[in-house]
Formats: sequence, C-alpha cells, structure tokens
Amino acid sequence: MMGDQNATKQLTSLGVAEARAALAAGRFTSVELTNACLAQIERVDGALHAFLRTTPDEALEAASWADRARAGGDARPLLGVPIAIKDVLMTSGIETTAGSRILEGFVPPYSATAVQKLQAAGAIILGKTNTDEFAMGSSTENSGFGPTRNPWDMERVPGGSSGGSAAAVAADEAPAALGTDTGGSVRQPASFCGIVGLKPSYGRVSRYGLIAYGSSLDQIGPITKTVTDAALLLELIAGDDPRDSTTMPVNALDFSAALTGDIEGMRIGIPEEYFVEGIQSEVENAVRSAIDHFASLGAEIVPIGLPNTELALPVYYLIVTAEASANLSRYDGIRFGLSVDGDSIFDHFRQTRGAGFGPEVKRRIMLGTYALSAGYYDAYYLKAQQVRTLIKQDFDRAFSDVDVILSPTSPTTAFRIGEKVDDPLAMILTDIFTTSANLAGLCGISIPCGFDAGGLPIGLQLLGPSLGEDKILRAAYAYEQSTEWRLRKPEL
Amino acid sequence: MKLTREEVRHVAELARLQLSDAELDEYAGQLGQILTYAQQVQSVDTSSVPPTPQVLPLSNVLADDESQESLSNSQAVRNAPDSDDGYFRVIAVFDDKGA
Repeated sequence: MMGDQNATKQLTSLGVAEARAALAAGRFTSVELTNACLAQIERVDGALHAFLRTTPDEALEAASWADRARAGGDARPLLGVPIAIKDVLMTSGIETTAGSRILEGFVPPYSATAVQKLQAAGAIILGKTNTDEFAMGSSTENSGFGPTRNPWDMERVPGGSSGGSAAAVAADEAPAALGTDTGGSVRQPASFCGIVGLKPSYGRVSRYGLIAYGSSLDQIGPITKTVTDAALLLELIAGDDPRDSTTMPVNALDFSAALTGDIEGMRIGIPEEYFVEGIQSEVENAVRSAIDHFASLGAEIVPIGLPNTELALPVYYLIVTAEASANLSRYDGIRFGLSVDGDSIFDHFRQTRGAGFGPEVKRRIMLGTYALSAGYYDAYYLKAQQVRTLIKQDFDRAFSDVDVILSPTSPTTAFRIGEKVDDPLAMILTDIFTTSANLAGLCGISIPCGFDAGGLPIGLQLLGPSLGEDKILRAAYAYEQSTEWRLRKPEL
Repeated sequence: MKLTREEVRHVAELARLQLSDAELDEYAGQLGQILTYAQQVQSVDTSSVPPTPQVLPLSNVLADDESQESLSNSQAVRNAPDSDDGYFRVIAVFDDKGA
C-alpha cells in the first residue's frame, strides 16, 4: 500500500473519470484509493468539518469487494470510486440527520434512489457531509452540528446548503459528492469552493429518499472537480423513477457526448438584470472576461431581458417556506426523531419541535405558516405562484432565442463565518442569481472562472432550458478546457 | 411592517412550535422585515396570470395497482421513540373525560 503523503496526495487529487481510468488500468486498487481519501479526511477534516460522519469500515469493505469484482471482470462505471453524500439524502443503515438535532440518531431503512444508483454503479460511500439544517441556508452555518469551513480560507464559509459536499471535494477528501439544490445550494457552494456544481432540471433526478424541503424546487445534483465528472454522475443518477411521480418520463442521455469543446455558433444570452448594484466588482470583471472568452471560442453573445428578475427572491422565499412548513410537519416525535414529553399530544408536538429545530428552521416554518394561514394565503402564497408563472415565461421567451444564459453564480465570493448569521435578509440576497432556475425548473451549472484579490474562487453560472443539460455541459466543458482555473488548489 | 408578539404567538401555535419570549420578540422583528421585502410581489398585476404550483408538464401520474415489496413492520418502527409490539405508542389524544 502507498503510505507516504505524496502518494496519498496524488491519489486524492483525482476526479471521478481519472480515478476510474486508473483503477481500470490497475495503477492502484480501490482499497488504496479509499484509504487515501480516509487519510486526507483524517488529516484535514478536524479543522474543515466537511463530514458529519464517515463510514471507514464499510467503505473499506466495499472497496475490497470492488477490487475482487474487478479481478473477476466486473467493469461497472464507478466500480471502487469513493464518493461523499450530503446528509439530507437517506442512506440505508447509515445515520442521516439532515443537519438537524431533531433527527439525531435516525438510521434510514432505505437509501435515496440517487444513492442506490451510484452504489449499483459500484461507488463507495465515504460518509455523510454537513449541511444547513434541512438544507435551509446559504453558508452551512445553520447546521445543528457546527459550521463547515472553506478550504480556501478557514475563516470563511464554504457556501451552502451543500457546503460540506463542496468543501469535501475542494479539499480532496472525496473525488466527488452529491448535493441538493433548492435555491442554489449546489451551485453557490461549488462557486465559493472553486469547483463544479450541477443542478439538473426539475424532474430529471428522482427525489425519492431526499429529505423534503421545498418539494416543487428540490433537485439532487453532482458536486465535482471537473465538468466531465458532472456529466458522468448525472448520467448515472438521472432517469424516471416509479417511486417519484415528479420524475419526467425521459431516458437519461449520454451527456458525455456533449463534451466536444465545440461551441461554434452557440447563442449565449447575457441578462443585464444580473449585473446589478451590489455585485462585487471582481466577480463582475471575472464574469465579463469569461463572456469575452466564450466569444473567442465562437459563441454568439446575445443581450437578453429577464424583466421579472428582481421578483425571483421574494417569490422563492414565499414558496419555499410555505412548502417547508408543510413538509416539516412530519417531525412530530412519534415515528422517528427527537421526542420531548408534554402535558398533552399538542404540547408534546410543541415541545419536541421547539427543542429539536434550530433558529433558521423555526424562522422558515413560521414564515411559511404565516403565508399559508387564513387571510394571507391569496396575498402571499397564491400571489407568489402567479408571479412564478411570469418568471418562468421570461425564461421561455429567452430560450426561444438563445441556447444558454450566462451570469455570475453569486454576487460575491465566500463571506466570513458569522458575517451574515444575524441578518436573514442579507443571507437571502446571496441566492439572488440562483433561485430563478428552481422556480422555472431549469438546469444550471456553476464552474470556476477566476479568483478575487484575496485568492477566493469566483464562479460563473450557465442556465439551460428544462432538459437542456447537454447544452450547459457543452458550454461549460469548452470553457473549462480552454482555461486553467481548475488547476489551482487550496493549500491545506 | 412589524408583527406583534400576539401574531407571532398565533403563528407558532399553528406551526406547533414552542417558542420562548426571546424567540417571539426576535421573530416578530425578523418576520416583519422579510415580509416587507416579500410584499413587492403584491405590486405586480397578476389578474390574468395562472399560478404555477409546479413546473412539470405532467398530470395524473398513475401507477399500476400491484402490491410491491415494502418495509417490514420492524423496519418501520425501528426509529420510533416509543413503540410496543410493532405499533407506534402515542400519548392519549383525548383526555380522561373522553372529550
């Protein structure tokens, strides 16, 4: 077994496609690769806190099985490749908390479909990654188990809510991870951590076994080191699922076929509404340079209008909190999770939920309950659903003219831990460029496009129409392969 | 816009959340601030706009009426805080007077 730190570093720096090619070529074994990831976690995660828990014994047993299967001719696509899983995704037999104290000790009896599919493809689960409680947040500071730190600057947040998954991949603890994106929670942490995050179109990936937050918005997506890996993982997790009636009855495509590097004549829309006051100048400059780069690759740059842009955030917050308040009514202390005694059954519910939920979750349940309550339903929830239609129509019009839309992923680079925790509205504004995609059911990807003066990564977002993942992957790959941002790594 | 402590208490009651006095005061301010921000949706004319509760072009997704493998009884109650002989145990919904 390779023991020294350089050998470990060589192995852990690999992405999924590189790792599986090396495994297939016999350059190292899955046990060696898994041990290298576990050693990296052991070395850096005490400070980083990307993982809520690791499963080293099970991982090494699975790796050993994968090595034997390979010797026997097994060639499934992820055979022996380790991955990390966001803790809002159920994993059979592995504690799953969604970052909440109310689910501490909960051991699911089944796995999410996306997790099952990756395991069936031969992937090995390293552990569960930290998240804002029930995915409610943009910094991973709302976890009931303490924040995750950004590998590029330990005083800063990794973004959220999939901050644990993004930090784990950026810090070379795992070749790739699964996250979830309800309003930007895959794309924004990928941007803050200098890696790739893909939010599939609504209905592309089964939500079965994803602990529900906003059911009309939630999607599971890959967080990876390269665009190639994002395409590869999407191919494996996508597809119709009889256990989720909101999956679209379409076959998964060969997304890797879109990775040609050729974007000659592709029409890229630039919404000027997304270059607004308050955006960090280094972010704007990096994204505008990227637009010039796309033009130099042969893309046509087309100014477009998305006039309802500034309504997306208020609409998102009304809809997501309404859905959350209904979804989280299941935490009643009877079938699973924390249970606190009360004087009556209602008091039992109140005490359990009051003790088990953290402040942000309570705030969102309260907001959603208010927006759905008698006398306010029409003014808030119904109205938000109507404006959602207008936002979707903006994108329908835009995509009749352009192939993809390009914008910053987030208005700023990673902010300091604690900087926004006492100001919920300021925290909400970090999602300003990402929530529209969820409201309209679009697909989106964040890829690295530069660094600010402090050395923090900047991400750009490519949005595509529903089921247009091949388009955003094609554009993202062409940019990635003709730039060198992905080669820079945080020092840990 | 600011919510009163009584309004916040009412919403907390609907949501089955036990909140401390400090939390009631904190949420009164914060919810008011967020609702003020959210109120910008009310300035939009939506008189002829249908709502979008979900984005999929699907309706009435049906499954064949066939029994399938499901969780066993012991799996279903394994995470329960209190169970008895395969059942979830709850405190009485009605009080002694049978009200």
